[in-house]
Amino acid sequence: MNQTQLLKINGLKQYFPIRGGFFGRKVNDVKAVDDISFEINKGEAVSIVGESGCGKSTTGRAILRLDEPTEGTIEFNGVDLLSLKRKDMKKARKDLQIIFQDPYASLNPRLTVRQIIYESMDIQKHVKRQDREARMFELLELVGLQRHQADLFPHEFSGGQRQRVGIARALSVDPKLIVCDEAVSALDVSIQAQVLNLLKKLQKEMELTYLFISHDLGVVRHISDRIIVMYLGKIVEIGDNESIFENPKHPYTKALLSAIPVPNPKKKSERILLEGDVPSPIDPPQGCRFHTRCPFATDLCKEETPQLRTTDGMTENHQAACHYINEIDFEKVKARV
Amino acid sequence: MANQDEKLVKSEASFMRLRTSPKMRSLKGFYRKLKRNRAALVGGYLIILLMIIATIGPFFLSHGINDVDYTVRLQPPSSEFWLGTDHNGRDIFSRIIYGAQITLIVGFLSVIFGGVAGVVIGIVSGYYGGKIDAVIMRIMDVLLAFPGILLALAIVSILGPSIINVIYAVAIYSVPSFARIVRGSTLATKELEYVDASRALGASDFRLIFKHILPNVTSPLIVQATLSIATAILTASGLSFLGLGAQPPSPEWGAMLNDGRGYMYDSGYIALFPGLAIVLAVLAFNLFGDGIRDALDPKTK
Repeated sequence: MNQTQLLKINGLKQYFPIRGGFFGRKVNDVKAVDDISFEINKGEAVSIVGESGCGKSTTGRAILRLDEPTEGTIEFNGVDLLSLKRKDMKKARKDLQIIFQDPYASLNPRLTVRQIIYESMDIQKHVKRQDREARMFELLELVGLQRHQADLFPHEFSGGQRQRVGIARALSVDPKLIVCDEAVSALDVSIQAQVLNLLKKLQKEMELTYLFISHDLGVVRHISDRIIVMYLGKIVEIGDNESIFENPKHPYTKALLSAIPVPNPKKKSERILLEGDVPSPIDPPQGCRFHTRCPFATDLCKEETPQLRTTDGMTENHQAACHYINEIDFEKVKARV
Repeated sequence: MANQDEKLVKSEASFMRLRTSPKMRSLKGFYRKLKRNRAALVGGYLIILLMIIATIGPFFLSHGINDVDYTVRLQPPSSEFWLGTDHNGRDIFSRIIYGAQITLIVGFLSVIFGGVAGVVIGIVSGYYGGKIDAVIMRIMDVLLAFPGILLALAIVSILGPSIINVIYAVAIYSVPSFARIVRGSTLATKELEYVDASRALGASDFRLIFKHILPNVTSPLIVQATLSIATAILTASGLSFLGLGAQPPSPEWGAMLNDGRGYMYDSGYIALFPGLAIVLAVLAFNLFGDGIRDALDPKTK
């Protein structure tokens, strides 16, 4: 398949300084994202999964420059977004949009849907004034809202409807890439499915590219073409949907997958239980960051940081960052729950 | 059929009730809560009364504020001079009514000046953060470290005694408290996702501040402004009492208090009535301010 690259992230680092002392000197860094690289092709839906605090949302925010990354490049259509001046960045923002997790916080409670959508059109001057209304109604219809709801305030909608408004706002500038930051996690399961199907439909109709950020593997499996697994600011495994779900190579991915509930009460699921908490991103462990919780860790893991690599039995484009991709025998640590 | 029509009308009515903007809804809820607070209501009515007196009161007076008449000096309250006369034979009641104007103007103007400056400083500080924030807030801390009246006193002694300079002085010393409150709300608001959503669309700082952040700052601001007016009135009359504010023969309440100081034993009413007026004005704004603070607090129902 001939695919064109839309987004290329290279060596992205996002450190948040911890300030303390009298004049707010920098004391330390929270290493939220520590040197990650990946690519997204046009028309793809790529997901980032991981626990809370693994840096998945930070990555999404960095792409939109909502936080200024510490290091690295973010190439969008071949242009490094981080090198753009304010004015050029504003133009580039037309192609990049974000849908947020909390449908209650992502809409200004004082503005009606009409005002919210007009605002985004105004900022980007994307739609001519006389066409605004028609376009707004079109967008509402597209996301499954009624015309008469245009002049309602956010508090008059349900969570799912609010999320649809959020999607309409993102679409109002005809973006190429949409970052969905936990876009459905705050919704009920039935509404989740509706919104996901809407997103899928829109992807087809508008040739959108998605970067999905989620901790819900069910959602991820449903929507994504490729999956990136992150742990403590690093990518531990990356591959297409099938490789990750059917042939996971990194012990962390395995542990995550084994935590998915199976819809069969009689079947005993075999789980890899991780012990302890995620270490602090202020002072991440040396070597492989997962070694403190990995049941297979050896001395090598404590010293040397594993690189992403492809070995035998892995499809092309499937990479994992573990020293023992083929040596590990998962049967040993499975616990029957 | 008629029954159905009735239902339709009812559902329409309930729909209309739903269709109010959050602004209107919160305003209604605000009034409902305020009504339950007796003291605040009394404060509110007192403020309205004060304003009416200050604007139209002077037209109904039979005595001028500077009608000096030594034949009627130091008269106790009577039917001719309702609150008595001072050592120059001037009618105290008339002077207090005129004084209300000065008091309210000083109170409102100084709070408007101080408030506007405080809001700008607070928003800049909270929105941009970093070094600007650190520097601005340390300056504000320094200003806050002075007792209010002392700072105002220092400013007036530099600028020279006059009621205009009192307004400036009170404005300057009320800046830090405004700045702090606004900075706090700004910090909380700018983390909200809808602000990020607008930023992701490329909204300018100007748009973000005025459209998304400022509206969220208004309620704590109104409370602070109301309470500040009380303090401003007190400080202004304090300075005038010390001879640093309004100069004689201005009927400023603090200055009148000072006039009456020498006659406390024999004609206490000269000092008593301006004093009472100050107490009433300050009390009104304080009660009202406390009331709207409670009414705007989302935790109370």
